[in-house]
Amino acid sequence: MEPRSPRDLDIAEALRRGDEAAFERMVLAWSTPMQRVALAYVHDEGLAADVVQETWLAVLEGIDGFEGKSSLRHWVYRILINHARTRFTKEARTVPMSSVLPGGEPAVEPSAFLPPDDPEWPGHWAAPPARWDQHPERCAESIETLRVIEAAIRGLPEAQAQVMVMRDIAQLSSEEVSGLLALSPGNQRVLLHRARARVRRALERYFGGEAP
Amino acid sequence: MTQRGIDCNELVEVVTEYLEGSMPAADRKRFDEHLEICEGCETYLAQYRQTIQLTGKLATADVGEPARGKLLAAFRGWKASRSG
Repeated sequence: MEPRSPRDLDIAEALRRGDEAAFERMVLAWSTPMQRVALAYVHDEGLAADVVQETWLAVLEGIDGFEGKSSLRHWVYRILINHARTRFTKEARTVPMSSVLPGGEPAVEPSAFLPPDDPEWPGHWAAPPARWDQHPERCAESIETLRVIEAAIRGLPEAQAQVMVMRDIAQLSSEEVSGLLALSPGNQRVLLHRARARVRRALERYFGGEAP
Repeated sequence: MTQRGIDCNELVEVVTEYLEGSMPAADRKRFDEHLEICEGCETYLAQYRQTIQLTGKLATADVGEPARGKLLAAFRGWKASRSG
């Protein structure tokens, strides 16, 4: 668990005092990543928005019980995940084994590398990965790129999506995500690795000029 | 990883471990040494990092006005019910 943060206790105390500005700041800063995590469970934007609303209400209802044993973020996301699972109960199951078996999914297609019996460079790139700035109209900083990533995340196996969204969008730590999803650190890392590799491949196809 | 240098097809499988900082020092050294001489892997690592960075941008967008208004109303209601 994350060590108790004085700042978390300050925020909790502010909420208990009825500090509306503090609540508004939290809502503004956290709601979008929370929505994305909820989406990884309920797969519907409207439902995800409902889950976030419910979560904020539950945070207020339960804030007297926050003792700072975990981080505030961890505490809020545990509430969020419980609400998301309840709203979409078919997702309330354990991580499918196929997502965590080792050796199940290479990060890059094997054909991108020279074979192990190559006389000069076994296991090396057959050609370096293409750069992502070859098509000026496909700019990394554009909204379109974010849409490509969103679509790639929607297409991920559920457990991979959950881990990647929690780590790379909600910025939860690996310990927090392992705890929230009841995963070993190793399994959490495997899921994250596969998810990021898939999203990277989607970006590679997009920057290579393929239709999004 | 074995005692010999790391191959590209091995490197792409341990990138996450490397970035998490959970790689043993000796393996990390082999990883870094390979990056120095391999443009392909240097490009791959940069793209992998960029994937993470771009994904992080999905965290920021405005909360819809109707949602914010409802939440603030709920907050005021909650606050009022506590001071009763």
